[in-house]
Amino acid sequence: MAQTINEIQDEIIEEFSLLDGDMEMTNFYIMELGEKLPPLAEQDKTEDHIIKGCQSKVWLVTQPEDGIMHFKADSNSAITKGLVSLLVRVFDHQQASDIMDTNLYFIDKIGMNRFIGTQRSNGFGAMIKQIRLLALVYRDSKEMIKTNNK
Amino acid sequence: MHDTQQTIVTDQPVFDVTEIRKQFPILHQEVNGRPLVYFDNAATTQKPLAVIQALDHYYEHDNANIHRGIHTLAERATAAFEQTRRTVKSFINAAEAEEVIFTKGTTDGINLVATAYGRKFIQAGDEVIISAMEHHSNIVPWQMLCEEKQGILKVIPVDENGELLLDQFEQLLTDRTKIVSLVYASNSLGTINPVKKVIDMAHQAGAVVLIDGAQATAHLDIDVQKLNCDFFVFSSHKIFGPTGTGILYGKRRLLEKMPPYQGGGEMIKNVSFEKTTYNDIPYKFEAGTPNIADVVAMREAINFIQQTGKPAIATHEQQLLAYATSALENIPGLKIIGRAKEKVSVVSLIIDGIFHFDIGQMLDARGIAIRTGHHCTQPLMEQYGIEGTARASFSVYNTMEEVDNLIEGLHRIIKMMKR
Repeated sequence: MAQTINEIQDEIIEEFSLLDGDMEMTNFYIMELGEKLPPLAEQDKTEDHIIKGCQSKVWLVTQPEDGIMHFKADSNSAITKGLVSLLVRVFDHQQASDIMDTNLYFIDKIGMNRFIGTQRSNGFGAMIKQIRLLALVYRDSKEMIKTNNK
Repeated sequence: MHDTQQTIVTDQPVFDVTEIRKQFPILHQEVNGRPLVYFDNAATTQKPLAVIQALDHYYEHDNANIHRGIHTLAERATAAFEQTRRTVKSFINAAEAEEVIFTKGTTDGINLVATAYGRKFIQAGDEVIISAMEHHSNIVPWQMLCEEKQGILKVIPVDENGELLLDQFEQLLTDRTKIVSLVYASNSLGTINPVKKVIDMAHQAGAVVLIDGAQATAHLDIDVQKLNCDFFVFSSHKIFGPTGTGILYGKRRLLEKMPPYQGGGEMIKNVSFEKTTYNDIPYKFEAGTPNIADVVAMREAINFIQQTGKPAIATHEQQLLAYATSALENIPGLKIIGRAKEKVSVVSLIIDGIFHFDIGQMLDARGIAIRTGHHCTQPLMEQYGIEGTARASFSVYNTMEEVDNLIEGLHRIIKMMKR
């Protein structure tokens, strides 16, 4: 049985709690997580997949299948890539409807709220919006197909 | 040797930095568990106590709307406001106080000139010349003007070191050149431009010259009469003053030929529905209630600079720049962007394989505030083939120990990220 979104969020919060709020260690840990995220193939780094922040770029590719969303992502910044890897970890293999309804509480709990909004706009906040939008579009298109088939 | 820069002759301390730091309360705090190191001075400088207290004092004792009030508070507020105008006049050595116009800041000043002067004096086919190292706020207003009036925007190229190619500038100048707008000191490279030479060359071609002094005014002696520039703009918040206000200096004969920028109160002599006559300079360009408190407090910022002494400030900053530059040169994989012979205390850098945003975040975790990104100079970044840099900029209250912290931080980032 796959983990639920909230189970994964709690797991992340627990991991980060070991860093004791040390900002430098937290940054290093985030970058380590980013390194483990498989890099996106160059042909996937297209304008269609790009999410631009003021400070860095994020590429996001989605492959929905049978109501389940699959995500692949990359960034030109090591810290942003680490943050992005957390989103992939939380949202990959999840139902579109679950993604839309989730309260993303882990971001605040691990002190990464500072990356959302315009201040340190690195594409992280925009990626969250994009993931939810993709899930919404996918769910609606599925429902349309269902209605049309009735 | 350019004609713009004071000669720095000493490597001895010019003042007691500890005493200077005492005047800046904000510096005495920890960020992420370490003492704050503030190296983002090119973005905005911190404010001395005298400025903070002037703001308090104004609102506690003198606050009133200026110029038209007949009561005591209005008189006091007006006197304080106009006193700053006279202080600025001497600070930049304008011929008269009426040539000093209060704006929202550098960007506002450039937009004022591009709109009020540009719309009147630029015709189809006329040319505006800027340089490749301009901040977006000295590019976009001219682009908008040229688009509207079918003018031509030309760009003085910059070489690999970040210096203007003056011979190319000479080629660009024609009898259709009406305006040259140039940055005095580059915010992303630190380059100090030979503005006096550019002004003389432009005048010979019959053009007027605006100098963007945003990054120069805190560091270099500014004498607008000696420079003979037609317009000079800068911001209060980059010279230790409050945000939201700045200065446009303009020669009287040009300001008088220009139509108002905005309509409203203060800028009129007489209003009727048939015809409105405009006020004299500077009020013609100061429509609406200005940012009175911040203008009043700006005077204390200028006093701080005068009391500390521009030559002493410049010497201290050049010592920091030289110390930082030579330490940075010894870091393998690090490249300094902007190697002009004459620079203000700005050092922009990139590190092989480490994105500038990550450098900034890692330094912030150690309490060191720098700026990362394209610094609103995207065309320049494109020329260097980079997306941005990490930029440290030093000011009067920074210390050699703080530079050591920066260098240590960079070594650590490289060690951890390239392991």
